[in-house]
Amino acid sequence: MSLVQVEDLSVRYGARTVLSRVSLRVEPGEIVTIVGPNGSGKTSLLRAIIGAVKPLKGRVVQGSGVKIGYVPQKLHIDETLPITVSRFLKLLGGVAVADIDHALAQAGVPDLAAAQLSQLSGGQFQRVLLARALIGKPDLLLLDEATQGLDQRGSASFYQQIETVRQNTGCAVLMISHELHVVMSASDRVICLNGHVCCEGTPAVVASAPEYRALFGPGTGGALALYRHEHDHHHDHGDHNHDHTEAAE
Amino acid sequence: MLDDFMVRAALAGIGVAFAAAPLGCFVVWRRMAYFGDATAHAAILGVALSLAFSMSIFVGSMAVALLMALVVSVLSGRGYAMDTLLGVLAHSALAFGLVAVSFISGVRIDLMAYLFGDILAVSRGDLSVIWGGAAVVVALIGWRWSALLTATLNEDLAYASGINPKREQLVLTIALAITVAVAIKVVGVLLIAAMLIIPAAAARPLSRTPEGMAVAAGLIGMLSATIGLRAAYVFDTPAGPSIVCVAAITFLATSILRGFRHQR
Repeated sequence: MSLVQVEDLSVRYGARTVLSRVSLRVEPGEIVTIVGPNGSGKTSLLRAIIGAVKPLKGRVVQGSGVKIGYVPQKLHIDETLPITVSRFLKLLGGVAVADIDHALAQAGVPDLAAAQLSQLSGGQFQRVLLARALIGKPDLLLLDEATQGLDQRGSASFYQQIETVRQNTGCAVLMISHELHVVMSASDRVICLNGHVCCEGTPAVVASAPEYRALFGPGTGGALALYRHEHDHHHDHGDHNHDHTEAAE
Repeated sequence: MLDDFMVRAALAGIGVAFAAAPLGCFVVWRRMAYFGDATAHAAILGVALSLAFSMSIFVGSMAVALLMALVVSVLSGRGYAMDTLLGVLAHSALAFGLVAVSFISGVRIDLMAYLFGDILAVSRGDLSVIWGGAAVVVALIGWRWSALLTATLNEDLAYASGINPKREQLVLTIALAITVAVAIKVVGVLLIAAMLIIPAAAARPLSRTPEGMAVAAGLIGMLSATIGLRAAYVFDTPAGPSIVCVAAITFLATSILRGFRHQR
């Protein structure tokens, strides 16, 4: 049974339709990435899945007993709010200290429990948010542009962490990303969104789909191939692709 | 003991500080300072209406404060910048309130008592209203504490945890209206926001957790109330403003303390 199933979903803000007739499903254990230009409704889709937006039409069906862990976009912690990492993680209620240590270790930041949230670097903060999502032992992780504001090395290492988490816990991942060259290689399935589902399939299929190329340009296909062969170190990507990544941010 | 007006005044001040501390922290964290001001200023209109219809001032001011807070919540995000909207509403409510008070004939009203408080005239009845209201506010915020904090950190994080941030916002709005109503007698409508914000801001450099900050804000507020009253007695100054002055001096002191800590 699917962990989550989106059926014929339409979302409208005022007079603007941001999503029309979107359907998708996430199966246990798979990593699905949603790509799409700015304003293509990626975040609205995720917000509809967590129940933060009411759909105009269609529905979101969650498998029975399925637990979802949500990692928001980089969130701003006001300097005036003092809060330690461990207190932040305890906000969920009924969380033991051992759970917190375990989740922080899983997220790759075992030593941060006593740190102030507002003092963390971008990469540390995202890992703490990941730890928060992991505490409830989710079957599905939802990530909304979790690497926004991280440099390339930081985001590559964050996605590696996600892959590790998937291997260790077997949870499925549904994520949004701008960083095509990184996520395309790490995903089992890619959904290209632009108000509606343009195309979907394995990274290779999507990268060669005409709809995808129309949105992102042909250079990304090359970057994908490049990345597949060279996982562990950085390259200067073709200018074309770089432009697109930047333009998307 | 309660026969002594100074004791009653001190108890009233402590009661307001008690309610204002946890609420004030949220006002600071959520950047609602001006929102608090608008709600408090609207209360003067409530005072006028209460006098006109011979109602309890507590009920009248609370109702108008609540109405104001709800209007602001509904109007926010509909085309006006929040600070413009609050600026318009806060000051018009104050102005309409002052005009409305002037229409009430037959009753001689000491307007200053409502603008700046009249803590030395607190009766036993007032005391029970203040402490009752303060207990409700603290209980309400304590009950919703984790949900309120989560909603304050991030709305989507709240939704994903099954918390409705709009409901939590309503809890704060109600708490604010009650606090305004009980604080009128103590510091008056013009200085209520100060009792919310200054102790919380002064507590920030001393705190590592949200709970710590709420407790520290409570202690600073209660200390300011007692010392301010004492100072008002000794120097023959107005009591409400004196309390706020002491809180402000505490804020200065903890800010300097933080400056030193950052240098090291």
